[in-house]
Amino acid sequence: MTTVAVKPATMAQAFTRALRDAMAADPAVHVMGEDVGTLGGVFRVTDGLAKEFGEDRCTDTPLAEAGILGTAVGMAMYGLRPVVEMQFDAFAYPAFEQLISHVARTRNRTRGKMPLPITIRVPYGGGIGGVEHHSDSSEAYYMATPGLHVVTPATVADAYGLLRAAIASDDPVVVLEPKRLYWSKDSWNPEEPTPVEPIGRAVVRRPGRSVTLITYGPSVPVCMEAAEAARAEGWDLEVVDLRSLVPFDDETVCASVRRTGRAVVVHESGSFGGPGGEIAARVTERCFHHLEAPVLRVAGFDIPYPPPMLERHHLPGVDRILDAVGRLQWEAES
Amino acid sequence: MTVMEQRGAYKPTPPPAWQPRTDPAPLLPDAEPYRVLGTEAAAKADPELLRTLYAQLVKGRRYNAQATALTKQGRLAVYPSTTGQEACEVAAAMVLKEQDWLFPSYRDTLAVVARGVDPVEALTLLRGDWHTGYDPYEHRVAPLCTPLATQLPHAVGLAHAARLKGDDVVALAMVGDGGTSEGDFHEALNFAAVWQAPVVFFVQNNGFAISVPLAKQTAAPSLAHKAVGYGMPGRLVDGNDAAAVHEVLSDAVRHARAGGGPTLVEAITYRVDAHTNADDATRYRGDAEVETWREHDPIRLLERELTGRGLLDEAGIEAARQDAETMAAALREHMNQDPALDPMDLFTHVYAEPTRQLREQQDQLRAELEAEADTEPEGGTHR
Repeated sequence: MTTVAVKPATMAQAFTRALRDAMAADPAVHVMGEDVGTLGGVFRVTDGLAKEFGEDRCTDTPLAEAGILGTAVGMAMYGLRPVVEMQFDAFAYPAFEQLISHVARTRNRTRGKMPLPITIRVPYGGGIGGVEHHSDSSEAYYMATPGLHVVTPATVADAYGLLRAAIASDDPVVVLEPKRLYWSKDSWNPEEPTPVEPIGRAVVRRPGRSVTLITYGPSVPVCMEAAEAARAEGWDLEVVDLRSLVPFDDETVCASVRRTGRAVVVHESGSFGGPGGEIAARVTERCFHHLEAPVLRVAGFDIPYPPPMLERHHLPGVDRILDAVGRLQWEAES
Repeated sequence: MTVMEQRGAYKPTPPPAWQPRTDPAPLLPDAEPYRVLGTEAAAKADPELLRTLYAQLVKGRRYNAQATALTKQGRLAVYPSTTGQEACEVAAAMVLKEQDWLFPSYRDTLAVVARGVDPVEALTLLRGDWHTGYDPYEHRVAPLCTPLATQLPHAVGLAHAARLKGDDVVALAMVGDGGTSEGDFHEALNFAAVWQAPVVFFVQNNGFAISVPLAKQTAAPSLAHKAVGYGMPGRLVDGNDAAAVHEVLSDAVRHARAGGGPTLVEAITYRVDAHTNADDATRYRGDAEVETWREHDPIRLLERELTGRGLLDEAGIEAARQDAETMAAALREHMNQDPALDPMDLFTHVYAEPTRQLREQQDQLRAELEAEADTEPEGGTHR
């Protein structure tokens, strides 16, 4: 018996595969954005789609994010399933009025008559040496907007599965794509794409007994690394990858925290008014009697995203996570 | 060498493929708004169309008056009147075929009703009942849009999608003069022209954006002039001349349907009432100005034309009034009934399926409502 070696795919390629499979499966799926056609996207996520499906299905639009999302609204009204690319996190801000005033609430304001199945792909986060406006973590804005689903993969398999699920969803979904992980590879087999599951389930990436690290997207590999490093200190860390920020999987998160009794939320975006505050509050409300220590946050500083030469000081790394874990232990030790 | 000198020396060379899309001259609007009533063109107008327009204008005027009265009775939370602008509202609805789409702004309830939407359902947003009372697909009317100009890109996207599918559909998008300053106006026109989407952009220039006059809104010679920069024709029309508005919009719709792409139509009109019932128009304009426009009233203009040519007599005028009265009475009667609202609906349509978090909040509200019902005296109601 011979086994054929499968070339591992990167996360970017998994996104491409998800778009291609979705477009092949449903002629209503249209990809649009700045540079998505001939160039294949600045990250090559839409590579080859215009050639395969034609420029009407993978469209280079004028450079205007509100226009991209606004016209996508009209296309969705007519029965298409647009997938728009925002190119970089901070480039999406001009489209926020369309997102918040229309995309997120049209189903609600028409009492279910006019759903808008739009997927909004936002490459986000830092760590790639991008200059200003190319590294923001804008998830809190999306999370605070009722009517949107918000997902963010950390593995190649989830990149495929979550994007397929987003496109299949009858609701608008913001897919936050961690730029830093675009070139990462894991054991995902592109020949056998992951079964697509509904949005909204977190997953335990690494089981452990002492502390739960609650994290998502680009911070997942950092937490996995921290968990390995913590073994030397005798700490057994559990890593929960949220995958979906909205809806939030209270069940998986709280089951983990009840097992370990301690939790640290880890993300790149700022701490104040950020996702970690919401998550810590939810965990505290639901697991108070199981907690041995307060829920801590390890997040980016509350500053505009720093210049690339200083970003390593801003981004939560292994040491900062281990330091927080150490602070959780003092009660047990004293 | 100074910076300015350097700039002067710099001669940009366009890339070889670049060339102007078209000669801009035919895209430019005429200097004077197009008119039919009181001109030679009126003789060529279809008498039946003029009579229909007249009946619709009278009905529209009555609708505006009735809705404004309903705000005073507390039956409507707010009503942005289109008194004086009825010709634009009615013509916008009339030039569309059944399969076409209308994209109204919050001021365009009258156009929505003229398109066939139930008057009570059209007023749902302004009543404070749900945000959209009608099914947008039933008459192909997008939800009334409160943010300014954000519905214009929707119209472009819908028209573009329809064309991709090979469907014969035109979208007509309505916006006010203030809305033309918004970024979405620019992006919508640009997308439409680049995609050659079958869209008609219809600006009702009624002189004021709440209180700010046009002169403080734009420095352009006219709003229709803006079209040429996008590569589409701009047309200027007297917005109080129902026959002229109907003709210009019909031409634009026909042009779009034939694959000619978008048109920007600017109608010069006037909002005789205040911005809404909550606005005090005397703070920013004088009575004399308003009186001038009453002289140029759309109903008066058309009535003069029709009676002058023997196409309308006292009986005809009275019949139109009666028809409008019947409509107003029916509207009053329906609006005087309290809407039946179910608070549990708050959670039903946020997502296709409520999230776990929303189901928890739904349970909380249900418990609150049950507790309230237990403590409330017999016959108590909540609105």
